[in-house]
Amino acid sequence: MIRQFTQSEFLFILASARWTLLLTLMSMLLGGLLGFLVALARTSRLAPLRTLAAGWIGVIQGVPVLMLLFLSYYGLALAGFDLPPLIAATVSMALYASGFLGEIWRGSIQAVPWQQWEASSALAFSRPQQYRYVILPQAVRIAIPPTVGFLVQLVKNTSIVSIIGVVELARAGNLVNNATFQPFKVFGTVAAIYFVICWPISLLARRLEGRLHARRAG
Amino acid sequence: MGFQFQFQPVFARMDALLDGLWLTLQLAGIGILCGALLGILLAMLRGLGGRATRILVDAYVELVRNTPFLVQLLIIFFGMPSIGIRLSAEQAALSAIILNLGAYATEIVRAGIESVHRSQIEAGLSLAMTRWQVFRYVVLAPALARVWPALSSQFVLMMLSTSVCSFISVQELSAQAANVESETFRSFEVYITVTLIYLALAILLRLLLAGLGAVLFPAGSGLGRLRGQVGR
Repeated sequence: MIRQFTQSEFLFILASARWTLLLTLMSMLLGGLLGFLVALARTSRLAPLRTLAAGWIGVIQGVPVLMLLFLSYYGLALAGFDLPPLIAATVSMALYASGFLGEIWRGSIQAVPWQQWEASSALAFSRPQQYRYVILPQAVRIAIPPTVGFLVQLVKNTSIVSIIGVVELARAGNLVNNATFQPFKVFGTVAAIYFVICWPISLLARRLEGRLHARRAG
Repeated sequence: MGFQFQFQPVFARMDALLDGLWLTLQLAGIGILCGALLGILLAMLRGLGGRATRILVDAYVELVRNTPFLVQLLIIFFGMPSIGIRLSAEQAALSAIILNLGAYATEIVRAGIESVHRSQIEAGLSLAMTRWQVFRYVVLAPALARVWPALSSQFVLMMLSTSVCSFISVQELSAQAANVESETFRSFEVYITVTLIYLALAILLRLLLAGLGAVLFPAGSGLGRLRGQVGR
């Protein structure tokens, strides 16, 4: 039986957006943590750590998100974990985020003028103190606009996890389309919901960037 | 750990993976070429056209950049037939790739064009260059030189995103990986192999684009000095 695309179908799609949001949130937190470590390693004084972090960034940025998803999905199963797909999805998205955030934050740390390192070391700050009190507070300001911008990429890429059966926005759209055969309406709705989530974040990122440049120029 | 990695069955089906790789290369190659041209064209139109053109181009860029590539692909593949346009999976995939990359390229090239100072254009015109010559040599060439690295990263990202086309059963590399997986049941080995192929492809494409940048905007010229001045 072919169902119509009614309010209940619309609400089903809309409700599935919470999984998209939850997935984004969890992978941003996990990926942010990992990405922070990658950024620290990438700017470390130890050459092997730097190389390792550069390699990690190169690999994550050089493979499709879809492959990260499959490797997490089958890899976790191989390692003996019997986990729901949502976990594999979160792990893959977090790995993806760590590679990109690591690189963004490396740039932000290195954008802090080197005199700041010199001055703080002349004041006998230890390396952790330099990071904690001098470098990171300045790097965070520089990092915020591109990080917010990356959030949009993350929201959009969570659509890929629909393939392992997590019923987020894209998957919900697929399910409704299979029942109603009204692809334009259904996927148009899905696209509109993504747009409503992503556009304000994009605008925010752009405004923050403008403000940062204004402050630098002034 | 009782698990033994077995790559043999995967390598035995390398022919399927190579078929997929070939389609991936075609999708990425044609997609990047056409997407980049579309981006340059729209950035140009946006700069030269009136208010209406600007609003239209901006709307297209924002719509594409704020929705997932997968959803764009599904709209084109499943939605177009309902308004009478029948597309094969490959045609739908290629259209989606070009439209998607076109929007990103427009945004990147626009930033490059806007970085060209007014006085440069006035200088060009006062040297009796035609409007087209000014656009070609004074605006576009330096703009592209400045944004080349940003464009290159976007090209690599697009090449990797072609993997999403397996969702609509385009038999590119990822789809062939799934085929080999269902034949051999060596899931992890298949996807490791294919991931490494993608990684090699990404590294090669980056080298190629860097080389192309060095040829198009030679280091000794004025354009070479501009290379990469405007970031992402």
